[in-house]
Amino acid sequence: MDKFRMIFQFLQSNQESFMTGICGIMALASAQLYSAFDFNCPCLPHYNLAYGLGILLVPPFILFLLGFVLNNNVSMLAEEWRRPQGQRGKDPAVLRYMFCSMAQRAMIAPAVWVSVTLLDGKCITCAFCTSVPVETLGNISHASLSKGEIKRILARIPCKEIYDGQELMTNEVAVRYLRCISQALGWCFVLLMTMLAFLVRSLRPCFTQAAFLKSRYWSHYIDIERKLFDETCTEHARSFAKVCIQQFFEGMSTDLVATRCHLTRKASVDAGEATEKLLGITDRGTMNTALKSWHRCKPPLHLHPPALLSGNGWAGEGQPPAHPPTPRRETAAYYSGV
Amino acid sequence: MDRFKMIFQYFQSNSESVMNGICGLLALASVKMYTTFEFSCPCLHQYNMAYGLGIMFIPAFALFLCGLILNRQSLVMLEEWKRPLGHRKKDLAIIRYMCSSIIQRAMVAPVVWIIVALLDGKCLICAFSSSVDPEKFVGFDNISTLQVQQLLAKVPCKDDELMRNNTSRKAVSRYLRCWSQALGWSILLILIIAAFLARWLRPCFNQTTLLQARHWSNYIDIEQKIFEETCCEHSRLFAHKCILHFFKSMRQEIQLHSFNLPKEGEGAEEEEDLLHGITDQDQVNKLLKMWYYEKPPLDVS
Repeated sequence: MDKFRMIFQFLQSNQESFMTGICGIMALASAQLYSAFDFNCPCLPHYNLAYGLGILLVPPFILFLLGFVLNNNVSMLAEEWRRPQGQRGKDPAVLRYMFCSMAQRAMIAPAVWVSVTLLDGKCITCAFCTSVPVETLGNISHASLSKGEIKRILARIPCKEIYDGQELMTNEVAVRYLRCISQALGWCFVLLMTMLAFLVRSLRPCFTQAAFLKSRYWSHYIDIERKLFDETCTEHARSFAKVCIQQFFEGMSTDLVATRCHLTRKASVDAGEATEKLLGITDRGTMNTALKSWHRCKPPLHLHPPALLSGNGWAGEGQPPAHPPTPRRETAAYYSGV
Repeated sequence: MDRFKMIFQYFQSNSESVMNGICGLLALASVKMYTTFEFSCPCLHQYNMAYGLGIMFIPAFALFLCGLILNRQSLVMLEEWKRPLGHRKKDLAIIRYMCSSIIQRAMVAPVVWIIVALLDGKCLICAFSSSVDPEKFVGFDNISTLQVQQLLAKVPCKDDELMRNNTSRKAVSRYLRCWSQALGWSILLILIIAAFLARWLRPCFNQTTLLQARHWSNYIDIEQKIFEETCCEHSRLFAHKCILHFFKSMRQEIQLHSFNLPKEGEGAEEEEDLLHGITDQDQVNKLLKMWYYEKPPLDVS
């Protein structure tokens, strides 16, 4: 229990490692689910394909939907999507960002299931055992059997105990052949998924970095705002309840001395501190401008002590720069004493 | 438990340690994956080489891509490479340094996979059993070429009925495994010597440029992290102010429409502050409805 708690604490220490941890846990859970599952091929000509492909494709779909259901942010996305416009415009880029990040996380468990299934080989062996090329791998001319008979015999390949076609085609040859194809498909699938993930991660900074910073900020904002609103409402409800109960007791009897709760007047002090910490940015347009100019025009590596962050276009910064930055080579300015 | 905590804290102490930790984990995962994977050579002449070499190289490439994806610094490097110039010049030496350190770390897991595969020997036996010279081995010399090919292709499959107790199969298998292990150990030795030389000879070449590049690449990484943290803090405060404004505007609206705000006196002033003037069920319902239908504008000035 202690170990789990520590692992959770480690994973929650920062956002990135939390997400990586969640992805790893889902991948492990999916692999564990597959190994716990008892695969039972029916070994009948028409049922094999349905069973094999069903086990390959239906559980990943369920896991994908489960990934969405278990994600707390789905309700946040739905709320933001369906709310009326009111005084605050809606940004479709933010909705797209939230949906994409949720979909990416929900795709991991299904992808792991499909990879593990293909690499194990049982599903493909079960589904395609009737399509094995008997001409090349076995002795088709050995007995004059009808197509249906051959299919019936081949369908029993996954079930070694009842297989009766050793003269037609040896069980080991067929199983090796099918498993080789299944593993090749599995590794190709793994490679495809990793390449896709790599492209998605690496192409983003090349094209849409400024828009990405904006969407990420506002989607975090929506999440935090919702949580803070819930907290404020809870606080309100608590005070409401307190006042309500006090009034009730005062009304009922005059002997009860209402306990005085000396709540600190944090709200106004916090508001004052909060205004300071907002660094003069108080509306959406200014924040967007700040984020855009953070990407388009990073400040020079040249900190003037009296006028911090001068000259990079932030609104609300009322002071003129102390002196214009002298043009100097950056490497010379920061030459260390080594 | 203390030991775990110390290990976690050590790995989180700076981003380089985090990346080294991830690199080590990926190498361990690669070994685990190899031991869990059921290698099953098709033992057919046309497919053996493709299967054997495929198992050796495709997972290695996938592990390389995983190493690049899981490394946070690759994103930082790409952003630094693609950003507009603005007021800050770009130093290609920093980008080159970051690129080389990312690639070095990403290469560890694939190299571990390839070396483990070579030392185990199954991949090479499967891939090259058909290419062995049959005249070197007793039992393969008096048969037609086609049959020899088929027999040699079945060498990796110990349980095949033709090959079960065949001594020539064991000879071919041993021969190929010996080559495979020799190759594996040689590659390992060469890599370790190369790493040793690179570390030892590095101070002779351009030490100052290297120190600067390392410092500024660390700086860019830290700057990125601090920017994200500051954005989070900022959005929290923004949300706080926004909600307070909303409650204040609701209170003003209620004050306009009703004349009997309860006067509780001095003692209950703190509660009233927290209540923001909303003191009955209808007002709370109205507030919640307003919150849904008309969220306040993003403007706290």
